[in-house]
Amino acid sequence: MITFMNNSDSEEEPCNERTSLMSAESPPVPSYQDGLQASQAGEAQAHRKRRTGSSRSPNNITDGETSDSGVPVREGALENEEEELTLKYGAKHVIMLFVPVTLCMIVVVATIKSVRFYTEKNGQLIYTPFTEDTPSVGQRLLNSVLNTIIMISVIVVMTVFLVLLYKYRCYKFIHGWLILSSLMLLFLFTYIYLGEVLKTYNVAMDYPTLFLVIWNFGAVGMICIHWKGPLQLQQAYLIMISALMALVFIKYLPEWSAWVILGAISIYDLMAVLCPKGPLRMLVETAQERNEPIFPALIYSSAMIWTVGMAKPDTAARRSSQQAWDAAEDGRENHRSPSHTDSQVSETRSPIPTRPITSFEEFEEEERGVKLGLGDFIFYSVLVGKAAATASGDWNTTLACFVAILIGLCLTLLLLAVFKKALPALPISITFGLIFYFSTDNLVRPFMDTLASHQLYI
Amino acid sequence: PAFGLFVFTIARDPLRIIILIAGAFFWLVSLLLSSLIWFIAVKGSDPRDEPLQKGLLIFGVMFSVLLQEAFRFLYYKLLRKAIEGLVALSEDGCSPISIQQMAYVAGVGFGLMSGAFSMINLLADALGPGTVGIHGDSQLYFLTSAFMTMVLIFLHTFWGILFFHGCEHRRWWEITAVVVMHLAVSGSTFFNPLYVGSLVPSYLLMAVAATWAYVLSGGSAQNLRRFLLCKS
Repeated sequence: MITFMNNSDSEEEPCNERTSLMSAESPPVPSYQDGLQASQAGEAQAHRKRRTGSSRSPNNITDGETSDSGVPVREGALENEEEELTLKYGAKHVIMLFVPVTLCMIVVVATIKSVRFYTEKNGQLIYTPFTEDTPSVGQRLLNSVLNTIIMISVIVVMTVFLVLLYKYRCYKFIHGWLILSSLMLLFLFTYIYLGEVLKTYNVAMDYPTLFLVIWNFGAVGMICIHWKGPLQLQQAYLIMISALMALVFIKYLPEWSAWVILGAISIYDLMAVLCPKGPLRMLVETAQERNEPIFPALIYSSAMIWTVGMAKPDTAARRSSQQAWDAAEDGRENHRSPSHTDSQVSETRSPIPTRPITSFEEFEEEERGVKLGLGDFIFYSVLVGKAAATASGDWNTTLACFVAILIGLCLTLLLLAVFKKALPALPISITFGLIFYFSTDNLVRPFMDTLASHQLYI
Repeated sequence: PAFGLFVFTIARDPLRIIILIAGAFFWLVSLLLSSLIWFIAVKGSDPRDEPLQKGLLIFGVMFSVLLQEAFRFLYYKLLRKAIEGLVALSEDGCSPISIQQMAYVAGVGFGLMSGAFSMINLLADALGPGTVGIHGDSQLYFLTSAFMTMVLIFLHTFWGILFFHGCEHRRWWEITAVVVMHLAVSGSTFFNPLYVGSLVPSYLLMAVAATWAYVLSGGSAQNLRRFLLCKS
């Protein structure tokens, strides 16, 4: 999923976070150093995104590349070194992505395992109108396929809509959309989540306290995501948002539809990012042409962006410090709130407004980092959460899916290093995850159960 | 203890974490294939025939052991290629991680995954209510499972080191020794619930493997003494 694109404020939009891995890093280190000298030259440097070998997730666009208009010559010469440096730093960035993905999955799995609410079936989203309670297998399959088609088409429509908005520079609209959706996500879903968790653990909490807590949480979250904030706090908020989104998905998607949707989304992701006319690709290219950062609110970035108005030498010194700048991309998600089936909340993520500012008045240092769309986070967590919720092999299956997703992420990042342009992050991981889920559930589980009952070890 | 190993030695270096996860993945794939074979065998046979089922299980276990070792070998090949790539890409011409470290990490990866798969359902059930061994089985089920898992994890780590060393220096007897040891340990678990028959040999084998791996990694009694006495 390209996390990038799916910020739509529209309520009908389902969560459209597409996760795409984008290498937020600018071109390889040599250009980095060159950039130091060249940066004296002009603003162009500021917009340069270093692209490290990391692959960009399908979210569209290979952003980093186009911004390097400043030193094209140097880049050609130093390409080799760049590649090396790219790969050398690649491991660190992979880990920088591993940690948040792992955290998100842990939160989702922990919640699924402990809070009953998210595994009860209380109705479905409006985007999946066909029920799966049918008597025959064929009918059920048909219904899930139809659900998938509807969901995917909604996502496509929203994405195209977003791209059009972006193309025609309706920034205010997009911003408003994203702010609205993140507002909804931060307040309403947190409220529901907190309520359920408190119910599960039988903790009494009065309304004033609850109101205070949620208000603080939501307000700080809004500030962190859409404006400036400490990097780790931003990352934490992004992770929490992704987890909440994933939980909603897990609750409201019927089983077979969920699996088919996961498969279809990864195919769509692949197409949307790699095809020349794909919406996500167009978004990335447009952003690159305009030398603008792509909606920060939709992407999780492990790179740092130093947005400080400092003199050049200072920024050079700062480069060495690694900070992760998380751009969270909020996917638009339409959720049906549990109580009101007809109200749909569309969540959109608003791009971080600081970006345009920083490019002008500050020297933007982007450390090499990888960007991963938030939609990717969400769908990874949905896969693992569904595995935890519905698999009868319990933890083995969950663990297997977890490892499969991490390996898929590794491979995707490797491909990013090789291809150096935006790549879809979903397909490989989701494919591995699905394969491992179904095979572990059906094949490994009986084997391990039998072994365990005889206490044999392999 | 295995988790402690992870935290202290692996968590610092991102490259090692990747190798660890990849190692776990390879073990998982081998488990998948072996359970596929077992599943096919079981489906194709008579479910009511007890000795046949037991025999099939034993066959499945042995086959799985062989597959695990085969995948360890494949992983070794992959890591060799990766090392060449890393050397080519590094600045100063030498790889950021040595093959021994990789062997160690790969072993830990295998071990963690196998341990996790063996233990985690048990742990989850242990959180709930119940009595151990109520049907006349041994009451030490959890304890012995825990010890067995721990010994397996350590063994996988040592086998990783030995195996890679054997492949590096083309000493086939080392590799066969590892395979035989693995088969022996798995076979000894067939003696469960006669725990003396399985735990004791496993620990002995682990001690043997530990000293062997230690010696191979360049240690010696002197090093050990210095380390224990905290000399500089």
